[in-house]
Amino acid sequence: MDRNHSLSRREVLKLAGSGLLSAAFSGVSFAAGGEFKLPALPYAEDALEPYIDAATMSLHHGKHHAGYTNKLNAAIEGTDLVGMSIEDILADLEAAPEDIRTAVRNNGGGYANHNLYWQIMSPDGGGEPDGELAEAIERAFGGYAGFKEAFAAAAGGVFGSGWTWLVSDAGALNIETSPNQDTPLMRGATPILGIDVWEHAYYLRYQNRRADYIGAFFNVLNWARVEELYLATL
Amino acid sequence: MAFELPSLPYAENALEPHIDARTMGIHHGKHHASYTSNLNGAIAGTDLEGKSVDEILGDLDAVPEGIRTAVRNNGGGYANHNLFWQIMGPGGGGAPSGALGDAINSAFGSFDDFKSAFSGAAATRFGSGWAWLAVEGGALRVSSTPNQDTPLMSGNTPILGIDVWEHAYYLNYQNRRPDYIAAFFNVINWAKVAELYAAAS
Repeated sequence: MDRNHSLSRREVLKLAGSGLLSAAFSGVSFAAGGEFKLPALPYAEDALEPYIDAATMSLHHGKHHAGYTNKLNAAIEGTDLVGMSIEDILADLEAAPEDIRTAVRNNGGGYANHNLYWQIMSPDGGGEPDGELAEAIERAFGGYAGFKEAFAAAAGGVFGSGWTWLVSDAGALNIETSPNQDTPLMRGATPILGIDVWEHAYYLRYQNRRADYIGAFFNVLNWARVEELYLATL
Repeated sequence: MAFELPSLPYAENALEPHIDARTMGIHHGKHHASYTSNLNGAIAGTDLEGKSVDEILGDLDAVPEGIRTAVRNNGGGYANHNLFWQIMGPGGGGAPSGALGDAINSAFGSFDDFKSAFSGAAATRFGSGWAWLAVEGGALRVSSTPNQDTPLMSGNTPILGIDVWEHAYYLNYQNRRPDYIAAFFNVINWAKVAELYAAAS
């Protein structure tokens, strides 16, 4: 088992921070070995250097993604949501009990979004898509250059924390953005590519230069994986 | 008359070790500077030129729809950071006394209760935003807002604010936002907050 597979309760409490968050978590016990598991990174923390640095990857995966995972498990503990897939939960947030809905939205979104994010990057990434995905991008954006420009502009234009997505609606591609940890899954659509533009995704290396991070992201884009996800939506 | 980026009222390293010099340099020289120039860019050639930023933010409905979001985001960012630099200082920390101390005790029970409420609001703001102590209808209240929104947009007067965008703390504290919030209390300039309270009351 990967050492990052799950955080201990002690680590979670340390994450939550010396009592300051206690009000937010009072009455909630953390699920030890909870339902959702933090996936291991599919490559080493330094594998995406120099585009995404190892320190950022480590914190992003081992602290931020781990935090969302643990808080999601804590929120759903003892409810009917335990046992459901994250996609099913997020596609029907109205079904989540009202007192945990915001926690499920934020932490379930954070859990799912980062699961996708690690997959669609790779040390062997970059270049351009081919096959059916390239044809779909051609239809939607007039080609890879048109897609890249539109996607980068959307990601650059998100104000505050959020994500930019390439979404496949039964094969038709669209670019959309969402605030915080919201995802197209919440409207029943399937993101096949996403870039995290929370500052934690790039601040250590790029600080205020979000545009540079977005430019670098294209160098690690795992188009083979994005195409697999695309084909699964047809 | 364009809005101007105010100078920091102390050196970039003056709040060390609580807030590091590099964060202050980028936060003021890049982030605040961008909000300022983007605000000026948005209002250029409109009736908003010449108004105070408080006046503009207090009536966003009066802003032309085509620039309203830009004015909200960048005007908010401009005003919020103007306040943020002022209400911190080297030699800060401690607890307020006088009329502000009395008002805090009256509104929250004690300074520790205020500190707990304010820290909780700052820690639980999901994503980017701010937590505030504001004068609302003569009373003190703790609140939080997303992104660069401010109590000014609801006609209230913020007298203390903490920036919880990750850019405010990530270089020094990374994911440990609660540590940053605790450190912030060591640099609060209560004398300035008391002045703002007196002016708003």
